[in-house]
Amino acid sequence: MRSDPEDYELVAPGSLRAVVSLLAEEPGVWLPIAGGTDVMVQYAAGKLTARKLVSLWNLPELRRIEVAENEVSIGAGSTYSELRAHDAVAREFPLLASAARWTGGVANQNRGTLGGNIANASPAADSLPALLAYEAELILVSVRGERRIDYLEFHTGYKTTQLAPDELIRAVCLPRRFAGYFSYARKVGARNAQAISKVCVAAIGRTHGGWVEDVHIAIGSVAPVPLRLWETERGLKGKTIDLESVLRARKTARGEIRAIDDVRSTAAYREHVTGNLVVEFLEGLSASGSKA
Amino acid sequence: MNLPRGQRQVTLTVNGQRRNVRAYPMERLLDVLRQPMGLTGTKEGCGEGECGSCSVLMDGVLVNSCLVPILQAQGAEITTIEGLARGPQLHALQEAFLQCGGAQCGICTPGMILAACHLLNGNPQPTLEDIREGLSGNLCRCTGYTQILEAVGEAAGRGSAK
Repeated sequence: MRSDPEDYELVAPGSLRAVVSLLAEEPGVWLPIAGGTDVMVQYAAGKLTARKLVSLWNLPELRRIEVAENEVSIGAGSTYSELRAHDAVAREFPLLASAARWTGGVANQNRGTLGGNIANASPAADSLPALLAYEAELILVSVRGERRIDYLEFHTGYKTTQLAPDELIRAVCLPRRFAGYFSYARKVGARNAQAISKVCVAAIGRTHGGWVEDVHIAIGSVAPVPLRLWETERGLKGKTIDLESVLRARKTARGEIRAIDDVRSTAAYREHVTGNLVVEFLEGLSASGSKA
Repeated sequence: MNLPRGQRQVTLTVNGQRRNVRAYPMERLLDVLRQPMGLTGTKEGCGEGECGSCSVLMDGVLVNSCLVPILQAQGAEITTIEGLARGPQLHALQEAFLQCGGAQCGICTPGMILAACHLLNGNPQPTLEDIREGLSGNLCRCTGYTQILEAVGEAAGRGSAK
């Protein structure tokens, strides 16, 4: 059943300060809506429980991408199209640029925002593994001020997060310490375009003289929250990439992901594919080292 | 002016004309275009942002009008399919869709043309891959994709002329 617009209130206060004041007046009552690519779908299906919405669309405070010496800070209201078109993002954070390219068609990339993808906290969101791999930090804002948290700790369970009822995500900060890393992104879904992932991997790594110096492997769509494969990573650091270490990494990864069965796929398929994608990443990482 | 409780006055420019509408702020841009404004060239397909039938340009950017609450279009410039022709002179994309057989049942056509328009505005000489990507959010259930891609290539002035 479609929703009746009469039953909903939507306001557009026009400044970040006014939005956070409104959230503070009635915490948990006002649902933020940015480009509407998720909220309006729930609304159309008659599944939107919130009756009061506050628009974040076009708030200038959320739209900036700033390149500082040590980090790139991306305003949470930046759209996927803006991420794709940004030089520093494309050059230094290719996993995020790829995820932006994979997310929906052009019209949805023009409206969908990075902050919306994070706050919505779908385990299948394509940009989230990239943020885990790059060890992003989030700046959260409320009338109480700002706080900065590790993105690694943001998701607490299926669609639950550390965001307080009166808080918004203001920006996503990516440290600029991964220049020169090999990067690997792969989305496995039913089709290329407009399909929700069954398994989505974002990984970066660096080798030196054949030895793995550093490696970050993140994976989405397999479990209730996007995951870093800590155990797999630990097993690889300081090792050479050879048949033995690759097969061990595949086995560890398959066991580590706590895969789920759902409408899109089965746990067994997800475990299998995850293992294979880890192998494909390590093959690429190994080849990148031999070229350097 | 007295407005029914909850309604708002929204001002936007549609195909170059300034329009004032009274609407509930969560009404979809799609419905406002089709009903009070009578611009029924913009079609509703899925109503959930998957099919692209309701594509319009908002401030020059392609959007699915089924996912835009009208309040977010306050002050915006909207271009719909009705805004492309200049009097009797069709837009180059409309000509090319006719010439190449890019329209079958016609439901996806306005959205396809607006998506193509957005693509060509930013990339006047697209490759076939660019065209496929630019139109990837627009579904044609008659599956006449080949002619649609040809039409866009034709309009861009590159090949496909028989």
